[in-house]
Amino acid sequence: MNTPGEQRGIVLPGPVSAEGAGTGTSGTEPVGGRSAPWYRGRTHPTSEGPSPGVLAGDAPGGSLVRPYTMTRGRTRPSDYGPRLDMITIVVAVRGRAERPLEPEQREILRLCRRPISVAEISARLDVPMTVVKVLLGDLVAEGDVRTRASVPVTQLPEKKVLQAVLDGIRRL
Amino acid sequence: MASADSETRPGAREPTRQEPIPQAVKIIVAGGFGAGKTTLVGSVSEIAPLSTEEVMTEASFGVDDTGGVEDKTTTTVALDFGRITINSDIVLYLFGTPGQDRFWFMWDELSEGALGAVVLADTRRLDTCFHAVDFFERRGVPFVVAVNRFDGADDYGAEEVREALDVTEGVPILMADARVRTSCKEVLVELITHVLRVRSPALSG
Repeated sequence: MNTPGEQRGIVLPGPVSAEGAGTGTSGTEPVGGRSAPWYRGRTHPTSEGPSPGVLAGDAPGGSLVRPYTMTRGRTRPSDYGPRLDMITIVVAVRGRAERPLEPEQREILRLCRRPISVAEISARLDVPMTVVKVLLGDLVAEGDVRTRASVPVTQLPEKKVLQAVLDGIRRL
Repeated sequence: MASADSETRPGAREPTRQEPIPQAVKIIVAGGFGAGKTTLVGSVSEIAPLSTEEVMTEASFGVDDTGGVEDKTTTTVALDFGRITINSDIVLYLFGTPGQDRFWFMWDELSEGALGAVVLADTRRLDTCFHAVDFFERRGVPFVVAVNRFDGADDYGAEEVREALDVTEGVPILMADARVRTSCKEVLVELITHVLRVRSPALSG
């Protein structure tokens, strides 16, 4: 990916404040007045990781199981199911008969008793989103969960949705 | 829309008796590392901000020193997000962008279908949000610039920031404090108002 923007604009002149400039501030971003990180979960070795105050899932520690073991090596869901993106909303279908499921699938179904997004399932189970999508694809295929896709890329949001969002934010 | 849903799947038992599923929409919060993205998300989110991981597989580039055996690399990107339930039918998610340039590929998926974006600017390091401004301009994603006031940072006016960032008159620029809920609300209200304005000729419904 090219990184445009290098040619953009000029940096405002002015003193760089001594505290806070550079990477030394990582970890001091205040979140609601809390200063100490209180998230649990594994670290994020190849990214900047969760900011302080961010819940990195509810799992007490990293799983020793490689993520794609849960999906039997599959890295993407079947092409036949609905499109699953990070804010696709998923809900468990009621009244399904009990049947043997993988532990992760059971956990997903438990979380899906109320409507929940793919990203949130991933965060709460501390399982990468791509893995969650594969597992969900199986559950959709079995009729265990229903999904509602977010607005497709090509489609603009409806005015009434925007108006509802505006009203909702004003009520906060 | 309906064609992408699974509600009408023949395999789903008694689909008519199932409750309607809310629709999710998202807003992107961009800005440099440490600009206060997650602070802003946490200030308005109804849940403590969560972190999710996306594992991306990329074709590797550069010298192939493994003799063609290893032609792909996987990268894990952490995304922080929060949630606001708008009503029984709409849930709004706020996603912070990964702060590092090498996670640019993640921005494509993030911006897909987004209502709009907030670019959080830190006047001590304004150059860190040039990339975000460029990205949203090129993608046609409506955005506002919120200048996060940091203690100890020099106060700049909106017009100075506009000039430094080289954004057009049409893009709202406002001062904000990411730690303060009412301030973050104002930023989001400004954004959605802006989106309604710029999208109005093309909007349906």
